[in-house]
Amino acid sequence: MSTMTFGRAINAGLRKAMENDPKVVLMGEDIGKLGGVFRITDGLQKDFGQHRVMDSPLAESGILGTAVGMAYRGYRPVIEIQFDGFIYPAFDQIVCQVAKLHYRTQGAVKMPLTIRVPFGGGIGSPEHHSESPEAYFTHTSGLRVISVSNPQDAYVMIQQAIASDDPVLYFEPKRRYHVKGEVDESVDITASSMNDARVVVEGSDVTLVTYGPLVPTARDAATAASDDGVSVEVIDLRSLAPIDFATVEKSVRKTGRLVITHEAAQSGGLGAEIAASITERCFYHLEHAPVRVTGFDIPYPYSKLEFHHLPDLDRILDGVDRVLDRPNSLSSQSGLEG
Amino acid sequence: MPLNNRVDADPDELVQLIGPNGERRENAAYDRWVTGVDGPALQALYEDMVVIRRIDAEATALQRQGELALWPPLLGQEAAQIGSGRALREDDFVFSSYRENGVAYCRGVDLTDILRVWRGNASSGWDPYGINMATPQVIIGAQTLHATGYAMGILNDGADAVAVTYFGDGATSQGDVNEAMVFAASYQAPVIFFCQNNHWAISEPVGLQAHVPIAHRAPGFGIPSVRVDGNDVLACLAVTREALDRARTGGGPTFIEAVTYRMGPHTTADDPTRYRDANELEDWAAKDPIARLAGLLDSQGLLPAEVTDAVKTKADDVAARLREGCISMAEPEALDVFKHVYSEPNSWLARQQDQYERYLASFESSNSDSTELTEGSR
Repeated sequence: MSTMTFGRAINAGLRKAMENDPKVVLMGEDIGKLGGVFRITDGLQKDFGQHRVMDSPLAESGILGTAVGMAYRGYRPVIEIQFDGFIYPAFDQIVCQVAKLHYRTQGAVKMPLTIRVPFGGGIGSPEHHSESPEAYFTHTSGLRVISVSNPQDAYVMIQQAIASDDPVLYFEPKRRYHVKGEVDESVDITASSMNDARVVVEGSDVTLVTYGPLVPTARDAATAASDDGVSVEVIDLRSLAPIDFATVEKSVRKTGRLVITHEAAQSGGLGAEIAASITERCFYHLEHAPVRVTGFDIPYPYSKLEFHHLPDLDRILDGVDRVLDRPNSLSSQSGLEG
Repeated sequence: MPLNNRVDADPDELVQLIGPNGERRENAAYDRWVTGVDGPALQALYEDMVVIRRIDAEATALQRQGELALWPPLLGQEAAQIGSGRALREDDFVFSSYRENGVAYCRGVDLTDILRVWRGNASSGWDPYGINMATPQVIIGAQTLHATGYAMGILNDGADAVAVTYFGDGATSQGDVNEAMVFAASYQAPVIFFCQNNHWAISEPVGLQAHVPIAHRAPGFGIPSVRVDGNDVLACLAVTREALDRARTGGGPTFIEAVTYRMGPHTTADDPTRYRDANELEDWAAKDPIARLAGLLDSQGLLPAEVTDAVKTKADDVAARLREGCISMAEPEALDVFKHVYSEPNSWLARQQDQYERYLASFESSNSDSTELTEGSR
């Protein structure tokens, strides 16, 4: 057991995966000598060489498309997309090629790519550096999408993503890179599944579902709510496609109330999928319609405004009040529930 | 806005080993790549071209008869596909577009497999590793990156195989083709960019894609390029062999522009009379790649009736097998729709499959219910 930052934990996981399998290669912009703009690949090119840690030309479709060719040749490429907003030029290669080649070839061609995406806001960056594009990819069959929220999961799940024969988008909450936590490097990565959600805090009144950067915020909200006599169960989804609905369903059957929070825009987002699926599965156990606390349906705002956009402790607690029919921001003025 | 609808080609710039009337033309730079191509080898190239033209005609007929949903004819491009395809080694790997059925033939594809996609029975016709050729790409240009990445893998493996990617003149406008050239040059990847400039991207003339000959772009990426007469099978063989040799010996990528012509429609859904001058077609018919090689063979006494008869018999036999394979193809099962989306189990998909299975089963139980009612009413 050792203490390391989130970023360091991913680095350690990458290193372990590269040691275990010579077919694992890293591809991306600035990932070699610089170690990536967030230093996640720090030191790996020095230790594994330029053939294993490949600095790429600045062309995202090129990176993804050549990674497809590497996978055809039997490699397991791990791609770093420098920032979330830079993934869009690679969109065609991800959704038309990476996601579909296994299906298209009736299983003959495997696409064991891992696409690492530093995502989300809260670091005061300019445009294109703070986006939450996960729903584009959860909507695409053939892809697996996961998001990590703590150093231990980051260490284990990067290895699980690389070991998976399916393509995996691995979303890293960049504003948490410097958060420290305990990491057990001796853990057997085959003993758990990246597909399984995790109950972070147990509770009995409200189920609060989230993932990635908002997990610590949700945990703080649960602590604050408990001071107010409300017991909130917090679930970290970990896997966004597929979502472990069994775990969420079990919780909602117990609490009867569901709040979902994510940074991404609301409409057509994961919150909508979760609300619909859980309503289908446990309609008669719900005491209130599921409530979403999310980013707005706006382009990611400039940094002086981003904390209005990002769900915080108080907005999440307001959502908790709404599902409990307690006085809340929408009830106080009009008397109408929103 | 007026469009440049023609990229002028300097005929002297094209590598040509067989002239329009079948005369052998000496070429100091490229003759050495075809020194071993003797009479029987030339006859084999002739047979290949006749056979794939016959395959193409049969598939077009099958589409017209409703046996195929669609077919992309290669009529006119036989020399480009056979000349390049026959230059390759078994361990080379091809990433093509959807029109390269002649190349697939060179790779040894099972005939029926060519038709699976176009009959709608599968998303791909063959196992890519069975013939070292990826399944045809519909997103034009995407495969050029796949070939480049594969070639980067060859480099990492220390092997001397080559990746070859086929695409058309329209694809050269795509970002992916240009990014592929950047990557190929940067890593000096053993990849050949084989562009079949067939002059038309559906209804759009090559002049809308390029203001200068397409091959002139590659040197700007640091990639040597060559323009070859795409209707000259021997010249296509020669330039491909040279490019393969360069790639195998550490010389990196090559860009080949085979200047040819799509004599048929883009696909069987297309009507080229709406956008194309009949005179243009006539001009190119005079440059027919098979007639040209036949002229050379004839001038050397290599095309007696027994050869043309034998080739025709083979082509007819191939066409008959193609037709038989097409109409006897097994239909996929309903639940195949869920297969191979993922390598590993997926809870979302498993639930949808389970629900659909129960839905399908509900018809069977309701059928048996109605049977009981009918019987009961008797």
